[in-house]
Amino acid sequence: MIYYLILIFFLLLLMIGAAIYSIVQKDLLYAVIGTGLISLVLSILFLLLQAPDVALTEAAIGVALTTIIFIITIKNTVRFEDEVYQKKPSKTEAK
Amino acid sequence: MLQIIIYISLGFIFTGIFFSTLRFIFGPTAADRTVALDTLTTIAMALLALLSFIFNRYIYIDIALVYGVLGFIGVLVIARYLEGAL
Amino acid sequence: MNQILEIIGMGLLLIGSIFLFLGGLGIFRMPDTYNRLQAGTKATTLGGMSVILSVGLLEPDWFIKTLVLVIFIALSNPISSHALARANYKRKNYPYLKGGKEYDKYREVYQKEEEETA
Repeated sequence: MIYYLILIFFLLLLMIGAAIYSIVQKDLLYAVIGTGLISLVLSILFLLLQAPDVALTEAAIGVALTTIIFIITIKNTVRFEDEVYQKKPSKTEAK
Repeated sequence: MLQIIIYISLGFIFTGIFFSTLRFIFGPTAADRTVALDTLTTIAMALLALLSFIFNRYIYIDIALVYGVLGFIGVLVIARYLEGAL
Repeated sequence: MNQILEIIGMGLLLIGSIFLFLGGLGIFRMPDTYNRLQAGTKATTLGGMSVILSVGLLEPDWFIKTLVLVIFIALSNPISSHALARANYKRKNYPYLKGGKEYDKYREVYQKEEEETA
């Protein structure tokens, strides 16, 4: 049983690392890929903690739907975080 | 005998997850990170099926099935965005 | 009969997990995006298929569902790999050529197509 506790600890460290990476990153596309990694690890973690229905929902929504919606958002706005502040306000308002 | 082989296999699979995560962190371009995510999706499918055998529950294998159906759509959308044709 | 299936399942489980580990190692060690794609997709496809098939052999009641999973892996993994390689080529990241030799035959065809459309 101690073996599975070590595996759960490793997965928790991985998930927290991916979350911090996804927050700190300035490039929003990398942040979206990090979000996909978070939901993938979280789904395995839910299954290890004996909650299969939550893991099923997390796998269906987190992997496919969130990534598609965020990618379409990046496509219609800007990719880098710094571009928001470099643009003039009249240009963004006209868009 | 079966218990020892399952422990060895879990050790190998988690080492593979560790190396893929290193590539995910250090990858220079966006395509490298997406390749790492694609690899991790397939490794996670195998891991979910193995865990459903370890806990001996039939319903756990449905989660691996959902990964198999939906897992590659995210990678496909990111690839189409990188190509500039979304 | 059950004993034989168990032995085959254990062998497949060990082989598949070793191939999953090799896929992870290859994706970390290779120098180029195309090499990483090759190592990360092919080795992982074989490893995942044999691990899932070994679960089906160790529990013979689950065999049909694991067969469906194997078919899904065989269909979906080449599609995503092909889309990633195509996207990487269209972003002008050409393959890594050692010693400056030209053996990238697709580049001539691609440039000709691009000139015709432009």
